[in-house]
Amino acid sequence: MLTFPRWKITLILLTLGIGILCAIPSFVPERITQTWPKALQTRVNLGLDLSGGSHLLLEASTDDVTTARLTNMEDQIRTELRRGDPRIAIGDISRRDGKLSFMVRNPAQVDAAVERIRPLTQGAGMTGQRDFDVTVVDSSTIILSPTEAGINASVNSAMEVATEVIRKRIDELGTREPSIVRQGDNRIVVQVPGLQNPKALKDLLGQTAKLEFKLVDYTANPAEVAQRRAPVGSEVLPYPTNPSGVPYIAVKRQVMVSGDELTDATQVYEQQGNLPAVSIRFNSSGGRKFGKVTSENVDRPFAIILDGVVLSAPNINEPILGGTAQISGSFTVESANQLAIALRSGKLPVALKVVEERTVGPQLGADSIRAGIIASVVAASAVAVFMFLSYGRFGMYANLAVVINILVILGVMGILNATLTLPGIAGFVLTIGTAVDANVLIYERIREERRRGRGVVQAVEFGYKEATRTIFEANVTHAIAGGIMLALGSGPVKGFAIVLLIGIATSVFTAVTFTRLVVATWLRRARPSELHI
Amino acid sequence: MKLLKLVPDNTNIGFVRVRHIAFALTLLLTILAVAAVGVRGLNMGVDFVGGLMVEAKFASPPPLDKVRTDIDAMNVGEVSLQQFGDPRTVSIRLPLPESKDDGATDKLVRQVQSGVEAKYPGVTFSRYDAVSGKVSGELIQNGILAVLLAIVGIAIFSWFRYEWQFGVSTFVAILHDVLMTLGFFAITRMEFDLNIVAAVLTIVGYSINDKMVIDDRIRENMRKYRKMDMKALIDLSVNETLPRTVMTSVTVMLALGALLLFGGHVLRGFSAAMMLGIIIGTYSSVYVSSSLLITLGLKPEPAERRSGTPAKAERVGDGARP
Repeated sequence: MLTFPRWKITLILLTLGIGILCAIPSFVPERITQTWPKALQTRVNLGLDLSGGSHLLLEASTDDVTTARLTNMEDQIRTELRRGDPRIAIGDISRRDGKLSFMVRNPAQVDAAVERIRPLTQGAGMTGQRDFDVTVVDSSTIILSPTEAGINASVNSAMEVATEVIRKRIDELGTREPSIVRQGDNRIVVQVPGLQNPKALKDLLGQTAKLEFKLVDYTANPAEVAQRRAPVGSEVLPYPTNPSGVPYIAVKRQVMVSGDELTDATQVYEQQGNLPAVSIRFNSSGGRKFGKVTSENVDRPFAIILDGVVLSAPNINEPILGGTAQISGSFTVESANQLAIALRSGKLPVALKVVEERTVGPQLGADSIRAGIIASVVAASAVAVFMFLSYGRFGMYANLAVVINILVILGVMGILNATLTLPGIAGFVLTIGTAVDANVLIYERIREERRRGRGVVQAVEFGYKEATRTIFEANVTHAIAGGIMLALGSGPVKGFAIVLLIGIATSVFTAVTFTRLVVATWLRRARPSELHI
Repeated sequence: MKLLKLVPDNTNIGFVRVRHIAFALTLLLTILAVAAVGVRGLNMGVDFVGGLMVEAKFASPPPLDKVRTDIDAMNVGEVSLQQFGDPRTVSIRLPLPESKDDGATDKLVRQVQSGVEAKYPGVTFSRYDAVSGKVSGELIQNGILAVLLAIVGIAIFSWFRYEWQFGVSTFVAILHDVLMTLGFFAITRMEFDLNIVAAVLTIVGYSINDKMVIDDRIRENMRKYRKMDMKALIDLSVNETLPRTVMTSVTVMLALGALLLFGGHVLRGFSAAMMLGIIIGTYSSVYVSSSLLITLGLKPEPAERRSGTPAKAERVGDGARP
């Protein structure tokens, strides 16, 4: 029991050695570790509450996604049935209750209509489930109801695109080490260390950046437009900076060119007046379309629409053939730059809303780190003194185990690239307090065995053996609590749970295995006739 | 050097004897705690009720009433102020603006910050949190779920490992620990936020550690002294493990004390909750959960039946030796 084979000793020391080695980079300034090989850069990340920075939780409205899908499907049905051969005449398509329903004029064509629509509804993911269920009621009305799988698949892909777009936009801001992670079905967590004023970031992420060019409906009656009524084929959009004073304008529904056909956008200054503006460049098909429409509509105004709001409605003075255009509006340099970034990185497939925001100043973060380190050192020293007073030599062994344990926790966190948060520091301090528990259990057991009259070696042997079982039981249950915290917790709870779980695992190893090795070595060398414990 | 011993050798305190008094007292305190939560409610942080929290550090301790009047004058909704232990640091809490405009929160934050700055030069703002009502609802739900699952999970583990009585007594004792902690927060009006949920879960974890050690010893003694009266056996087990219970409580208290004094104001509530929880947890391990085993009618027989292998003969006579 107290004799360790050489391979076991080697293995124990090797494990601890690696753990301690991995803790070292966390104590060395980053500019030095940067030059080290990748495998040695096992640094513990600091959470935003320690490093300062902003945490944003963005939420997408899934309703928007489903509405967009319905609109899209409606268009597809129209195109397929009206333009296909033979033409199938249908009534108005209703979009009530999130379902599409329409009547087929000639009941004899119902089956043919269903036959033609079906292929449009296929393909929700790998399982081959349909996006929409197609049913016929009253032998002439066709109803398309979205399936759960279809909705999930489209929300999922929208979120994937959104995450990518956000990543691009934040990268454009030039912030360091942002973390962008999807959370749950329709949320994205954005964490940017060191960011003090998240306003610019929020403005940037709040923009869907859906850019459209549409012709202005100059035939519309201004009085009707003011009342937000549009002629057939047109719609009334808000135009806050309309020179005419009416904050609305009527535009044709048809999109001339959209932002999807952009290749680049940059902030520039307008030639006249030197006002900030955004210059955009179309891809070849977009440029062609833009050239064609502008050639056909010289001297008529077109509207530049961003996220459903008209930015400006300049006149087409001459055909724009070069594939570039300039967007003006009442921009500041900052807002023009932001729009340029947003357009460059593409439009968000869904609008995102900030539902949670936490910002911590760097000063508070630095204060917290200092306080945390002081608390850890004081805690460790107090516990160490107390352990020494209570168990003498054995207490020192336990203390050694605690010190190694602290380093190994840091090392493991470094290897896992885990994040240390303020509650994590609390977890650390608590681990120092509880780490000695295993040793206390063992030592008290040895005391008991001695009182019962066992010999020195036997008492130590029994102490370790009996206590180890108890330690195991206690730690498994503790780990259950930690596991639940990790699974369900958010933010601080998670940060705490990570440290706690790692601490439980490492403290059992250092407190039981390591001290047993040390005690056994001492017993063999000193062969004491009495235990001072 | 004489070693420090907090609990003298061969201590024999009759814990089980006073169990009826302890139960009555515990029950009374628990009811009081629940009533306090019911009547006064918890001072929920923005994590759980949604809203805006701006932390302000003033150059000198500010007159809270005047600050409140000043912010009220800005017409930004019902403000609540709270000192963070350190008298210079004040948390300013406001409801979130109801506007749909995403920028409204920023405007509000800036309005309050510049307004306070104008009246109290030298004030700095180190942190702000804004949580929408929807998210806060989920956070509180997950928090409650986490605590409940932890208790149930541990009780089930305890039941599978030992007899059902251990599961039940552990469950009751931990529930007691949690309720008492909540009562403490209701009475002191200390802010209850996500950090505190972590603290409560840790209390659950610590308390269970304590109970497992005692339960394990009871099990061991049940195998060792098959004829012993259950009351005497539980007393013996609790007394045998008492040195460890006290030692570990002291070391944890030392560590938490350091955290309370030096860990900075953000963790003060957390440390206080934990310190209290350790005391409650230790109390319930010693006086509630083990004594409850008798009330639940734990008998030594099942242990024998289940353990399979007969207890080692040499262990049986152990206690008699000097």
